[in-house]
Amino acid sequence: MDMTTTTDAGPTPSTITTTILAIETSCDETSAAVVRAERPVGGPVTGAPPRIEVLSNVVSSQVARHAEFGGVVPEVASRAHLEMLEPVVGQALADAGLAVTGLGFDGTGRRPAVDAVAATRGPGLIGALLVGVSSAKALSLAWDVPYVGVNHMEGHLFATFLERPDIGLPLVVLLVSGGHTMIVKVDEPGRYRILGSTVDDAAGEAFDKVARYLGLGYPGGPIIDALSADGDPAAIRFPRGMLDDGLDFSFSGMKTAVINYVRRHPEATNPDLAASFQEAVVDVLVTKVLRAAKRHRAAAVALGGGVAANSRLRQRFAQAAAEAGLDHLVPSRAYCTDNAAMIGAAAHWRLAHDGATGLDAGADPSLRLATT
Amino acid sequence: MEQSAWLCAETDDAEGTRALAGAVAPHLGHGDVLVLTGDLGAGKTCFTQGLGAALGVTERITSPTFTIVSEYEARLPLHHLDVYRIDDPDDTLDLDLPELLEAGVTVVEWGERIDAVLPASRATVELRFDDGDRHPDSRQVRIGLHGPSWLARQAALARDLEPWAVPC
Repeated sequence: MDMTTTTDAGPTPSTITTTILAIETSCDETSAAVVRAERPVGGPVTGAPPRIEVLSNVVSSQVARHAEFGGVVPEVASRAHLEMLEPVVGQALADAGLAVTGLGFDGTGRRPAVDAVAATRGPGLIGALLVGVSSAKALSLAWDVPYVGVNHMEGHLFATFLERPDIGLPLVVLLVSGGHTMIVKVDEPGRYRILGSTVDDAAGEAFDKVARYLGLGYPGGPIIDALSADGDPAAIRFPRGMLDDGLDFSFSGMKTAVINYVRRHPEATNPDLAASFQEAVVDVLVTKVLRAAKRHRAAAVALGGGVAANSRLRQRFAQAAAEAGLDHLVPSRAYCTDNAAMIGAAAHWRLAHDGATGLDAGADPSLRLATT
Repeated sequence: MEQSAWLCAETDDAEGTRALAGAVAPHLGHGDVLVLTGDLGAGKTCFTQGLGAALGVTERITSPTFTIVSEYEARLPLHHLDVYRIDDPDDTLDLDLPELLEAGVTVVEWGERIDAVLPASRATVELRFDDGDRHPDSRQVRIGLHGPSWLARQAALARDLEPWAVPC
């Protein structure tokens, strides 16, 4: 592999430092990050998670606050990602101290000192994914460095290792977002098993839809979280979908229960509705992830995905994990929601383990997590 | 729109909505489009689950709200769309609708938002909460058959939906 690298001092370097530009465009956020980590040369890739240094991690919703970028907040359309991608990548390179004029397309031949370019290739919205994948491939060709295609869900799992490379294994992760709700057992990087998932709506989707029904706005998760602070979580006893039924989830019926309740009790207040609904969802999530950890003898548990930013879930999860005597991680909110740093972390491991991804591997909107 | 006909039904609960959708499935063929409308919680995904199961989908059919399109392999492939998050029909360019609509059955939740880019020949399925004093799980279902291809199936559909039929 032809790579620009810096190596350990000494006659026989045993590790190689790899700097990766990662791009994430699977859904609403356009994000780019530069991560750096050492990996072994010549020897086997060990099971231990890599220690990743995040040099930059730029998400469009932050950049968009600056007028210079026109204040565009990407929606579902790929065209919004197209508009945001170059400024976001430029910012990520600049924050990492690697910026070159015009991303290296200015005719001078100068290019940033990155050793690989990675992008989320699925799952997600096909048009949105294509923007990131095509851009990463173009940059990899222009800069003559490997391209690495990354599974978005594996990225969320690696978010745990960004903050806790030493976390206990096997690890059970609850991934909860607007598009996904699943419990994944991680024996080591690259070895995964899906223990449970939703049979209908994702947890974040249920938050969004209840917020929409109550006329609270979008996105529903943060709004319900904030509103719940003023409500009584025990005011209304909403059903806990599939609580006593294994490790799968069902949130559609819980959403409908809120709607039925409001139709019959128009006097119910939004804070009580929000707090009671949130409590029901958190009850199910915490019960199931702890049940999975116990059943599969996990050494540690962690949260991931956008819904992991919910304050009640973070609090109840940490408390339950501590009571069960489990090593646990409640990640920083920046690593819960979609971000390219986690994609870079997964890319680093994939590059070391599998090598570069072929340029013929396209985006795949329904890409599955490779399980063992 | 040209000629249309209506079939009306009611179901007692989510299982009933799935069963009714299952009774629609044998009447479907390649290129058919069903547009589902109804408030949140009315049972649009539930209807699609029943339809998919009857078409032979063995995978779990979950809500496509965030991914917008889910595709399932079956005797007739099922494309399940939820276009709630699309505000501008131009944004459907990303979805490559002409190719999606060509093979298999396409079910579109909130399809009225992209009405202009969907074929006029379609079935519409309106799901409504019961206005009266019935059980909260009960739903009113109004199926519209639009265009000659769907009108030709009216009698056979009416026969198979008879267990749930109510006057329109």
